[in-house]
Amino acid sequence: MPNPPQPSSAVLTPEAIAASVTGQDATVRAADDVARYALGLGDDALVLAQRLGSWIASAPELEEDVALGNIALDTLGHARSLLTYAGSAWDQTEDDLAYFRDEADFRCRQIFERPNGDFACTIVRQLVVSAYFTALYRGLAESTDATLAAIAAKAVKEVAYHLDHASLWTVRLALGTEESRRRTLTGLEAVWPFVDELFAADPAADAVPDAAVAPAGLREPFDALVLPVLARAELEVPAAPALRGGGRLGVHSEALGPLLAEMQVLARRHPGAVW
Amino acid sequence: MPAEDPPTADPAAAAAEAARLAAFDALIADDKRIEPTDWMPPAYRKALVRQMSQHAHSEIIGMQPEGNWITRAPSLKRKAILMAKVQDEAGHGLYLYSAAETLGTTRDEMLDALHSGKAKYSSIFNYLAPSWADMGSIGWLVDGAAIANQVPLCRASYGPYGRAMVRICKEESFHQRQGFEILLALMNGTDEQRAMAQESVNRWYAPALMMFGPPDAESPNSRQSMAWKIKRFSNDELRQRFVDMIVPQAEILGITLPDPDLRWNSERGHHDFGELDWAEFQDVLHGNGQANSLRLAKRRAAHAEGEWVREAARAYAERTATSERMAS
Amino acid sequence: MTAEPRRETWPLWEVFVRSSRGLSHVHAGSLHAPDAELAVRNARDLYTRRSEGVSIWVVPAAAITASDPDAKDAWFESPRGKDFRHATYYTASQAVPHL
Repeated sequence: MPNPPQPSSAVLTPEAIAASVTGQDATVRAADDVARYALGLGDDALVLAQRLGSWIASAPELEEDVALGNIALDTLGHARSLLTYAGSAWDQTEDDLAYFRDEADFRCRQIFERPNGDFACTIVRQLVVSAYFTALYRGLAESTDATLAAIAAKAVKEVAYHLDHASLWTVRLALGTEESRRRTLTGLEAVWPFVDELFAADPAADAVPDAAVAPAGLREPFDALVLPVLARAELEVPAAPALRGGGRLGVHSEALGPLLAEMQVLARRHPGAVW
Repeated sequence: MPAEDPPTADPAAAAAEAARLAAFDALIADDKRIEPTDWMPPAYRKALVRQMSQHAHSEIIGMQPEGNWITRAPSLKRKAILMAKVQDEAGHGLYLYSAAETLGTTRDEMLDALHSGKAKYSSIFNYLAPSWADMGSIGWLVDGAAIANQVPLCRASYGPYGRAMVRICKEESFHQRQGFEILLALMNGTDEQRAMAQESVNRWYAPALMMFGPPDAESPNSRQSMAWKIKRFSNDELRQRFVDMIVPQAEILGITLPDPDLRWNSERGHHDFGELDWAEFQDVLHGNGQANSLRLAKRRAAHAEGEWVREAARAYAERTATSERMAS
Repeated sequence: MTAEPRRETWPLWEVFVRSSRGLSHVHAGSLHAPDAELAVRNARDLYTRRSEGVSIWVVPAAAITASDPDAKDAWFESPRGKDFRHATYYTASQAVPHL
């Protein structure tokens, strides 16, 4: 068996970002307004990773435990990079931001808060968010902010694989059996009212138009990625009305509170502790 | 799948049988590997399937106590490491099921045996992990003991088993270290964190030592397994090696191993350690642990809830294959 | 030993991984998947988690034809004793440079 190569230092990891933003030799520090934008993106990925992490040991087949594990790990990596960078503006670590902010201070869009539901529900959510991330990170790779561009350049390759995975499964579940189709339709109807919010205005993005990707501009590439998959799966876009959203303003669905309570419980019991 | 050979009265067949056995024994004696299509004694095949599937089941059930902490890991770095580790365990279960499948037993059959309670898995996973420090103890002590067991298995006489173990041992080298580092961080932390670490090690020390199995005198399967070179060292040898290994590590951690009889014996060149509670071992083995029925119930539920997904993918594959045949 | 084996949930696939450019695909192990598209992806997720590969093949295990294990002697005896196929057989020229 070949020896796996050593981790490459050329890959932008959360640790590499942390090294570049802390200490006396800090070379990078996010501007306050860029940090606010990065915070929203980081929260999206963090909350989704938290959801995906609970699939491990419960997936429909062992191979899928491993697949969902990879997707969760990639997504957590994006969250850590973005939060580490955001925190550099305020002398906060990724953990300060993840564990010691309250619900109203989170800036994630509500679709990422959706509970996992069954496998179909998770896959449909994953299809939507992977298409969104693919469009987003493609754009962000061109950001004038070098760190955001570098984070996105790595992430865009990873989310392309997530989209591929979700697309294959969407088609199989939608066209598999009567039961799997019914569950897929239920999942699609549950998640679709949260789609419009992904493209709603984000004041933090508006404040840094060169560094950020304007959310409204992502609708078209998103549709170009998702609609053909739905067509292949013989699924119609649900007619359900869009929900108001407001995640970027700190307005969250009722699902976020319990998620954060669980995520933060141990860290908050030991404030200041190192793990 | 090679069936068990029926007893035969035919002298020619008996001679052929003896020749095959002699060839098998010669390969073992010569330290050569047995490969899936080789003839092998039915008892060897059976012992391998039992050991490899038990090992695979242990990986799969072993995901649960740690998986339960992923959502609550106290830092994002620890969360990522724990996710990767639990995911590795699924992968290791897969490698082992695959290796066992080369002996003619399907994964479905092995999973059925697990779900019905017929097959065993390592008793260690029938202990609960109520504390974050348990993530440290499991990595340091449980994975440590598992690695001590597994490294010699890389040379197991059955080729696919040895190859799976090589891959697993390489990947697991980080598992023990991350556990040690969790405990190290706790021991370097607040009083509460240190107490958390000590309390956890107090609970895991003896069960980890029991992972090597009963004393050699009471381990009937071991001797045959060693003769076949599936197993290379006895339970007691491996246990001693493990104790000698963790004592200096505990010193580095500044943690106390909960065994008043633990001391260096310069005559033997090994550490003496106290008698283990084998009654508890038997109890847990027979279902009366902290979590036996819970582990199995969760595993069964995940498998049952996945049935419609597996069925959907199978139906889709069959339909696609049919339409491709019609198109061509 | 047992009755008719029941149909497997998902078929078995053999996985071959090229660890880097210039090397052959080497057998890495196996896995279960409902179809080829998912099999190759499962292989990526399972067998290349630590940068072990740059290319993957999957083959249905049932599609592999193997040499007959019981005819090992008849199959693999012939090359034994034909040492003249190997350069090391030619000792007289051993000291000659560039040969």
